[in-house]
This record gives sequence, C-alpha cells and structure tokens, in this order.
Amino acid sequence: MEHGSLTDSTSSTFSIMDEDHTLANSARFVLNQDPRVAFCGYTIPHPSEKKVNIRLQTTGDAAKDVLKDALQNLMIMCQHVRGTMDTAVVNHRAKNAAEEMDVDQN
Amino acid sequence: MPKKGTKSKKEKVDDVPNEQENKLPDYLELQRTRVVCNADAPIHTQGFQYSGAFAAMGIDNSVSVDKFCKNFKIEINRLTEDYMEFDMIGIDASIANAFRRILISEVPTMAIEKVFMADNNSVIADEVLSHRLGLIPLDADPRLFEYISENDVPNERNTIVYKLHVSCPKNSQRITVKSSELEWLPEGSQLSMSAPAQSGDKQKTFTSFSQSQKEILEKPLGVKYKDITIARLGPGQAIELEAHAVKGTGNVHAKWSPVATAWYRMLPEVVILKEVEGPQAEELVNKCRVNVFDIEDLANGGKRAVVARPRACTLCRECVMGPNEKQVELRRVRDHFIFTIESTGSMPPEVLFTEAVKILEEKCARVISELS
Ligand code: SF4
Repeated sequence: MEHGSLTDSTSSTFSIMDEDHTLANSARFVLNQDPRVAFCGYTIPHPSEKKVNIRLQTTGDAAKDVLKDALQNLMIMCQHVRGTMDTAVVNHRAKNAAEEMDVDQN
Repeated sequence: MPKKGTKSKKEKVDDVPNEQENKLPDYLELQRTRVVCNADAPIHTQGFQYSGAFAAMGIDNSVSVDKFCKNFKIEINRLTEDYMEFDMIGIDASIANAFRRILISEVPTMAIEKVFMADNNSVIADEVLSHRLGLIPLDADPRLFEYISENDVPNERNTIVYKLHVSCPKNSQRITVKSSELEWLPEGSQLSMSAPAQSGDKQKTFTSFSQSQKEILEKPLGVKYKDITIARLGPGQAIELEAHAVKGTGNVHAKWSPVATAWYRMLPEVVILKEVEGPQAEELVNKCRVNVFDIEDLANGGKRAVVARPRACTLCRECVMGPNEKQVELRRVRDHFIFTIESTGSMPPEVLFTEAVKILEEKCARVISELS
C-alpha cells in the first residue's frame, strides 16, 4: 500500500504488511545506495503488528519505481549470493576430496 | 601511506571537484570500512550508507549491483553434515542479518504439532510430554511437504504420523523412552475417530491418506537423533500416543526453526599502533588469553610483539584497558562476516542458506508484484 500525494510522486510512504526488519532493513540499505534517493528510512509502528512503513523521498523519479528497482536489485544480489555459495561449496568439497587423497597416498 | 592534507580538501568543498581522486582520506576510509572498538565503547558503528555521503569530494559511495557482484566472496572454512562456517565478504550487515533472521525464523521444517493421547499414566503430564515431542528434530525434508491450514484434511502431502507405544512391565526396572521408539506410520493414522457405522466400512481415522508415503518419499522418515530421552516409565506405566507432524516456520514456534542457531561476527582486526618491545611486549602477549599476539625476536636480541592470530580475538578488550598509553587498536571489518550455521538436521546447512536466500528473493518478488 502506498501513501503519497497525488501531485507529488517523488515522496511516498509504503506500508507493507507481513514483513519486518528482515526485508525493510535490506531494502533501506539498497535504496540508500541508489543515487536517485534523497531520503529513505523505515519504522515498525507497533511491534505486535506485522507491518513496516518505508518512507522514501527521491530527487525526481517516482518513488514507487525507485522502490521497485531497489527490490529488483536486491533480488539480483540474492541470486548472485546463491550462485557464489554453490560454487564455494563445490570448490570446498573438491579441495577436501583432493586433500583426503593426499593423505591416503602418504 | 602518504597523508593528504585533509584541511585543504575541506576548503575545496565548494569548488568543482577538480581533484578527481577516487580515494577518501585515511581517517574517513577507516570510518567507512571499520568499526573501532575502544575500551569504553565501539565507535563508527553506523558507517556511511547514503550513496552521496562523499559527493562533495567527488567520491561515489554507492554500491551498484555490478560492483557488489564483483566484490562479493564466500570462503568456506568448515562444512560438515550439520555445521558450516564460512566467510562472507563484501556484503552489508543489513543483508547478512536478513539471511540470519530468515534462517532462524522463516525457513520451514517439519515438527510434531498434534499429539493424540491414547494412554499416559507416566509421571510426565500430557502437555509436557507433547511439548517434548514437538522439539524432537525430525529427519524429513520440508520441501517435499505442503503447509496445512486450519480447515485442511490431513493427507499424505502435509502430515507425517508417528506412533509411540511403550510400556514398562510390572516387577521390572524403570525404563527410559528414547526418540528411537517413535515409529513412522506411512499409511497414516491408526486411531479411529468413531466406531464404523456398519461393519465393513472403512474406519474413519484422523488422517485421510490416499496413498502410502512410502511411495512418494525416497527414504523412510524417522527422527534425526535416536537417543533423545522422551520420558521415563516406572513399572506398570505406559504411554500410547500418536503424533502428527506438520510444516511450519520458526516465527510461530521455535520447534520449527531449522537451525540450532545461526550467527555471524565481524572479522576482528588487531593493529599495533606503535612498536611494543621488551618487557611491554611480554606483558601484552600475556594479557591476551586467546594468543592473538606473538613475540618476535629482533636481530639485536630484543623482543617485539606482533599480531599473529587476529581471527581468534574475542574482543575482550583486555589489551586496550588500563592506564597505559594506547598500544593496540581493535577494529572490526564492516563488510566481512564470519557466518556460522548449525543445522538441526532436516537439511544440510548449505541448503538451509540457499533456502534462506531464496526466501528473501520471494519477499522482494511479493512486494514488487503488490506495487505493480
Ligand atoms: S581484545 Fe582480548 S582477545 Fe582480542 S586481542 Fe585484545 S586481549 Fe586478545
């Protein structure tokens, strides 16, 4: 849900249900890294309510698009993390297998 | 390192940044990449998140996706069936923390949720016994199962049924009931809800499995650890029950958490500010209980303290305490995490991590589709 004004699309508050620091803090980080963002922060209005408000003010682009781009970037980053982890596991296993063989030969 | 006149730089802030030097002055670079742990409190804990923080100096502080992908690294230090330690380099704490939070509370597993007591005259009360059963790690891959909701009928895709039937005969020794005694029922519940209306009717039980779970699963389901004590029975006591396990996540109840725990720490960096020699070196080496420092013999017969194992530093701050002049500085590398995952057994730790990352992706996808 987006709360903004009709005339000014550059600043909005996004109210996201069923989310917490996990998504909001990561999103805030990615948004702050975007040069189009002038301000970004988030709050959880009440700890027993599953809801976060992300406030976003941009330097000119529509806040909604900037948020969407940020989340898209976060997804790409996650995919890269997954790929890196998979290769790291494969490499680690290969290395350990090689080491075990060395031990056997000695 | 050549020290740039920081003063002259400040004066130039209003000018067009003619000095297109893509390097921050040392003291700012230190604030950006390190947390400094002083004896009283850590400083520079916040870092600089804003992409334009150094715009006035002509330095870009943004992390584009490309830059992230180029710098991001994972190095695995130890990997066993249920334990993994790895270094995650080039990522912000907010994202590393998101992975940790998801691992603990949002990666699903299977755990016993409903217990049907047929008989229990042991000293352990029904509800306590049920709670104990709930916490037993099950050897079932949650990816093969679906969530069950309030009005769903328990079937072979969303419920696992276990039976526990033990009794201690009269005139015998007390016995201990171990988790190995939980018996998997691939055909579903054996308890009837009510007597069949007509003889010959199929008995109505608490589950309605349309096929045996043996056919849809590759390996038999059991419990991960066979030696967990569930209860102790005295002579003449017995427990007979059926336990239904369902899929869930750790934010509902910790029994569904797939990790014993998952945590990270930032890479410690110990820097000797100025040479520590002679008896002072001995003193410094002895201060550190985890042997971060070593003594190096100098050519002239003297001794000098060197940092040998900074990774072992527990940040007890013993070496920076005391009235003496500061010899050592303790720092932590802001974007280097030593991440540890201890799995409870439903999935190996590397799979858990991958699942956690996938969940963060799903969260993003959900919000994007809501915004569109
Ligand atoms: S903080 Fe403690 S563990 Fe770390 S180097 Fe100093 S004395 Fe050793």
